[in-house]
Amino acid sequence: MAKTLGPVKRKFSPWTDPASVPFIRFENITKRFGNFTAVDNLTLDIYEREFFSLLGPSGCGKTTLMRMLAGFEEPTEGRILLQGKDISGVPPYKRPTNMMFQSYALFPHMSVEKNIAFGLKQDNLPKGEIDTRVEEMLKLVKLEQFAKRKPAQLSGGQRQRVALARSLAKRPKVLLLDEPLGALDKKLREETQFELMDIQQTLGLTFLIVTHDQEEAMTVSDRIAVMDKGIIMQVATPAEIYEAPNSRYVADFIGDINILEGTVTQTDSALGAPGLVRIDSDGLSVAAEQECQAVKGDHVAYAVRPEKVRISQEQPADTSLNAAYGEVWDIGYLGDFSVFLVKMEDGRIVRAAQANVSRLVDRPITFGDMVWLTWSRDAGLVLTR
Amino acid sequence: MTKNRLDATVLTLGFAFLYIPIIILVVYSFNASRLVTVWGGFSLNWYVSMWSNQGLMDAAWVTARVGLLSATFGTILGTLAALTLVRYQKFPGKMLFSGMIYAPLVMPEVITGLSLLLLFVAIGVDRGFWTVIIAHTTFTMCYVAIVVQSRLLTFDRSLEEAALDLGCPPVKTFFQITLPLILPAVISGWMLAFTLSLDDLVIASFNTGPGATTLPIKIYSQVRLGVTPEINAICTILIALVTLGVIATSIGTKRAEVRRIRDEHMALRTGS
Amino acid sequence: MADTTADNPHANPARWLVVAVPYLWLLLFFVAPFLIIFKISLSDTAIAMPPYTPVFGGWGAISDFVSELDIENYLFLTEDPLYFQAYMSSLRIAAISTFLLLLIGYPMALAMARAPNSIRPILLMLVILPFWTSFLIRVYAWIGILKPDGLLTLALQTIGLMGPDEQVEIFRTDTAVFIGIVYSYLPFMVLPLYAALEKMDNTLLEAANDLGCPPWKAFWKITFPLSLPGVIAGSMICFIPITGEFVIPDLLGGADTLMIGKTLWTEFFSNRDWPLASAVAVVLLLMLVVPIAIFQNQQKKVA
Repeated sequence: MAKTLGPVKRKFSPWTDPASVPFIRFENITKRFGNFTAVDNLTLDIYEREFFSLLGPSGCGKTTLMRMLAGFEEPTEGRILLQGKDISGVPPYKRPTNMMFQSYALFPHMSVEKNIAFGLKQDNLPKGEIDTRVEEMLKLVKLEQFAKRKPAQLSGGQRQRVALARSLAKRPKVLLLDEPLGALDKKLREETQFELMDIQQTLGLTFLIVTHDQEEAMTVSDRIAVMDKGIIMQVATPAEIYEAPNSRYVADFIGDINILEGTVTQTDSALGAPGLVRIDSDGLSVAAEQECQAVKGDHVAYAVRPEKVRISQEQPADTSLNAAYGEVWDIGYLGDFSVFLVKMEDGRIVRAAQANVSRLVDRPITFGDMVWLTWSRDAGLVLTR
Repeated sequence: MTKNRLDATVLTLGFAFLYIPIIILVVYSFNASRLVTVWGGFSLNWYVSMWSNQGLMDAAWVTARVGLLSATFGTILGTLAALTLVRYQKFPGKMLFSGMIYAPLVMPEVITGLSLLLLFVAIGVDRGFWTVIIAHTTFTMCYVAIVVQSRLLTFDRSLEEAALDLGCPPVKTFFQITLPLILPAVISGWMLAFTLSLDDLVIASFNTGPGATTLPIKIYSQVRLGVTPEINAICTILIALVTLGVIATSIGTKRAEVRRIRDEHMALRTGS
Repeated sequence: MADTTADNPHANPARWLVVAVPYLWLLLFFVAPFLIIFKISLSDTAIAMPPYTPVFGGWGAISDFVSELDIENYLFLTEDPLYFQAYMSSLRIAAISTFLLLLIGYPMALAMARAPNSIRPILLMLVILPFWTSFLIRVYAWIGILKPDGLLTLALQTIGLMGPDEQVEIFRTDTAVFIGIVYSYLPFMVLPLYAALEKMDNTLLEAANDLGCPPWKAFWKITFPLSLPGVIAGSMICFIPITGEFVIPDLLGGADTLMIGKTLWTEFFSNRDWPLASAVAVVLLLMLVVPIAIFQNQQKKVA
């Protein structure tokens, strides 16, 4: 392929290699609580040393999936394989996974070092080894001088590090992180994200993280599974998820997007053969260059990200395709970006985002201005689901 | 503010009503005169005569032993019951179980006392020291269950999950994590159970036997004969013990509070 | 215990010990006695030890068992008007006392809930402290005050409200019983009321005032309805045990103070009629089934 989707973080993609064996495999997992189905016949592979995210709104089943791997819940149906071995029925205290809890779950009656040593003591390691390992962990999370403190005497960020150190101390095969940064403020959260990535790379562990924060998932993960109502909507790299969502749900959940409903009028594309797909959306003619199974007459959605839409007061040369005309209805100034809400004649609103590249603008577009919105064929995306 | 003044008046009158009788009782235990209405000067006579009253002292000793044992059994059973109420979502007979915990709290003592007595008679157990302990354990465990339950409801379950996750088996997790953290509630449950046992007249009267006369039974039989300053003296000592206990506990809580505030300051100062 | 697989309880059979121990204890020492008391209430009085003819013996022979039962004791309860009066009088005294307790307890709880945060723990402790002191002692304290030659008479004589020959005639009357009950049960009433009032959001009243509702009206429209769970809990916690109260009517009440707890005690200890005492207890229990059910329902909502 000449073009790839977005930046590539590192050369690591075992999931594209048919020969690689998954480290963790969820096989047809279903979990029911009474009448409620939390996880519905789900199959998922996670590879060794992968930083994998389960992303979705609350109640989508992501936490349940993680808790089944930790052993706090047993699947109603299906099985979980860890390194090829079925771990159903193994109690949590005998599983080679460790978890960092959303609430951190630090033992309030134990000092920082006792918290970190807790798991090691369960394995009856010799005292000297425990001490060395605790020291190592304290150093890793830069908390050496706080070893004797109780959790109540630490700030939120420090508690988060203790929780991380405690769950890493036993060198688990898989580290599970349940909303690990949810309780931190924005700035600290961003710093910590990079630290987490560093630690994962340094120790060479497999990380499975549960989060509802799409930015967090995009930043840290090798791959993301977007979940909704107990099923996985899409598993892909952050760039693929953002640039090539496979459904309205994923497109809408990740980032900001314009979605126009319409009917396919012409298609040169088939499975495995990208081509032009034309769509009529209530008189607006839009098109995308992609691989698509839809045939003429199918009802589909057409999606385009606001930052890929150009806004201008000049009429473009070709207005027959991927061009909308309307009135500036509202402007959201976000500092780095401005978002323009443009109302077309039929009342539909299309958003366009523009980077604020200079501090002063000659002829700013403002409320009530009539503007043209245009975008290229490879910016748009036809969604059949 | 008229509202504040009204509130203050209400509280003053209410607390006066609650405390004046107790204060009078204490004051008259130091009265040299035997007559309740005549102040005959300060004296410790009644304490001395109480001390040499063998019957009263025996009863006090029985009560103390009954209290210690039944409070301890009641606390163990009550803590298990609280765990059952909070941690076991559904099991056959859960309704009956919670009913059995709540009902003894309000059940008239005469019914509880009489029915237990009839059980002991039916199964042919001689009444005495141990039957009183069983009776007291049964009703105090329900109070302990309520106290511990309210603590368990706010207990962060992920602490236990964390321990399990780190390789600690369930029973060990209970003793290393859960119990130390709910201990304050368990202790106050024990104190409540102990006081209730010390206090009980009716249930003990039904279930006692020869040689197991508790202090309330003794006091009751003397009170029926008339008010004596000796009873005032023993009551004063009981009140003093309870007051000391309550004050010591509240100082303990106060210190824990101070420590908590200091910890928070420490956390704030060190920043992130 | 520390196992979260609540939906998979069979994972660890030891877990069930936690349930089984208190469960069996209560079945044996709380439920079984009620079945026995019910059975004995249906048997004959005998002059022996135990002073009743056992109705057991025929565990297998149900027909034998049924024919041996008789409701004579219950019939006796309906024949002698004394019992009916005692039941009615107990309910009346319990109802009036509960009402008095609400009347005194509610303003106290409200004043406590409105007190500054700093002094609330002290006020709370002041309410709890008498609850820790012996019930018997607190009732006993009132004897010294209410006796004809007691401290109340003395006090009234001293301030001149009463002549030197007059005496307060409260001791051994229903009034003394009411005083004793209200005094003993006040903490039980104040605590649930305070718990309900204390957690109430003050901004609700501010919102009501802001919307033009004067404070006294806001109390009836906002505060009181929201405190109803506390009112019900407090009332039940007091009403049920008061109905069966023995110590207070015995020590403070007069010969004509009829309360069923005292009747039961007399039947048992003085008349040694165990079956009749059992029948009295069963009827009392049946009368209290509804209030107990209300109480349990309320407790479950709180928990």
